Amino acid sequence: MTSEAARVAGAPARAGARISQEKRRRDRRNRILLWAAVVAIMVFCLFPFYWLINTSLKTGQDLSTAKIFPPNPSLDNYKSIFEDSNFTTALRNSVIVSGITTALALVIGSFAGYALARLRFRGKFIMLAIILSITTFPPIAIAAPLFKFWTDLGIYDTLLGLVPPFLAFTLPLTIYVLASFFKEIPKDLSEAALVDGATHFQAFRKVVMPLAAPGLVTAGLLSFIWAWNEFLLAITLTSSPSARPVPPALAFFTGSQKFEVPLGTITAATVVVTVPLVALVLIFQKRIVAGLTAGAVKG
Amino acid sequence: MEAASAAVRQKQKRRSGFSAERRLGTAMMAPSLVVMALVAAFPIGYAIWLSLNEYSVRTPGLSRFVGIDNYTEALGDSRFWDAFRATFIFTGISVSIELVLGVAFALAMHQAFRGRAVLRATVLVPWAVLTFGTGLLWRSIFEPNLGFAPSMLSALGLPGGDVLWYGEDGWAMATLIFADVWKTAPFMALLLLAGLQVIPEEVYDAAKVDGATAWQRFTRITLPLLKPAILVALLFRTLDALRVFDLPFALTNGANGTTTLSLHAYNELTKNRLVGEGSALAVLTFVVVMTVSFLYIRFVGGNIRAMAEES
Repeated sequence: MTSEAARVAGAPARAGARISQEKRRRDRRNRILLWAAVVAIMVFCLFPFYWLINTSLKTGQDLSTAKIFPPNPSLDNYKSIFEDSNFTTALRNSVIVSGITTALALVIGSFAGYALARLRFRGKFIMLAIILSITTFPPIAIAAPLFKFWTDLGIYDTLLGLVPPFLAFTLPLTIYVLASFFKEIPKDLSEAALVDGATHFQAFRKVVMPLAAPGLVTAGLLSFIWAWNEFLLAITLTSSPSARPVPPALAFFTGSQKFEVPLGTITAATVVVTVPLVALVLIFQKRIVAGLTAGAVKG
Repeated sequence: MEAASAAVRQKQKRRSGFSAERRLGTAMMAPSLVVMALVAAFPIGYAIWLSLNEYSVRTPGLSRFVGIDNYTEALGDSRFWDAFRATFIFTGISVSIELVLGVAFALAMHQAFRGRAVLRATVLVPWAVLTFGTGLLWRSIFEPNLGFAPSMLSALGLPGGDVLWYGEDGWAMATLIFADVWKTAPFMALLLLAGLQVIPEEVYDAAKVDGATAWQRFTRITLPLLKPAILVALLFRTLDALRVFDLPFALTNGANGTTTLSLHAYNELTKNRLVGEGSALAVLTFVVVMTVSFLYIRFVGGNIRAMAEES
């Protein structure tokens, strides 16, 4: 250290060059470390998904080899799942149930979100507490009662029966995301409408809603993905392929022999139901991240 | 005349403005509240009632009130405690790993470099995979012969190559944790990245001028300032992990010590058709999750208050 200091004192110009050289070396080392980390993260995120696709392209004997590339890539698994009416019906069911759930969640969730974000009314805090506590409910706790109610009402094992519980569980998220978007819209705009003689509801419908379109996209995507993913309620409230959405239908792919999973077709089916979601998520990446992190930072 | 009455109407409107706003607020909350009350809150109340009765398996509809018998039976059964332990082991280990990886990923995603946008998009891929599908995906990775993990491990001569992963105690739990970490560490990273982005750059510049090393800047600046985001992310993940159901169902079907609380209650309710005991287990799962979130929010709430007082 002291010799270093002496040298620095003795030859400031040379030392300056050495320091900048050292800094450059450190910068290069940091770059390399960063790129190593980036590559590691990308492999971590993508390789398992690649393995799913790899498996789905294998058939017959290839399904008992761990080759990194399918030796005889074939789309037979895909062909066979699309010929399986149970799978195509499940796909249709998932689109219908998730679509209806999302539409309803956006309509009534935007009402609640606006009320929480902008209106003064009694019991607001209690509303917030209720909404947040719903997010902690384990779906298993309502599975048996809903099974009984739905059987009595005649909507057990129907698509209609899946919508209300899906809605109840997606609403908290929808309300929360929409409220945080409504808060960002300048108050002056709706106040100007009020001064011009509009009612609060008109201000909401004609001024705030059109501006909240990005928020609706975010909340809609999150709620659609939630409904598309839901498994526990979907499997307890349905019993026949005609009403089963995708996740429980995948569970029944396993068939009677538990230890002989038809891995080729089941991985193909997983790829088919996942790829549209991945595409949506990548297209709306910014919106989704904004929705996921809404409130997480501000607490 | 016309103008005067308009002015009067305007005044009335303004006076009634606040109560109109109040009424509108309640009316706009009502639909959401009704759905959540009817489909979530009321059924939980009914689950409690179901759990206090015993149901005849032979004669449908026949039941009698048995008080807390179902609970004493459920709690006296070692399978409940196995599920309890499995749930907490799963939650503890997977959430801890997710936190460490989440922080690391977030730090990398926060750096300025070309291709950062690609990285940020990539981490959303695992999050977008169907949860049930994630179980199947990891099944294809750990499958003997076909799977990547066993073949890789035996090629490298490491332990685990000749193990039937999801078919043996301990290893089965490990597959479950792998699957969960893969699916949700990126989600954790995104929440933490949002936390990193609000830390002002000047704080780091000042620390650099004062000669703080990178490690010191991380432990003295990044971690303390990231704490609120970490606590929120931990709460989300812990509550999700305690309710885990899809992954053990898809990967192991609860075999070899991977039956979680939700899965145990589900099996009693549907496979064994024990409505009373199954409901008691479902209610117990609810109580466990609520207790953890209550303790957590109290603990976190205290922390946030302390931090607010400090600053």
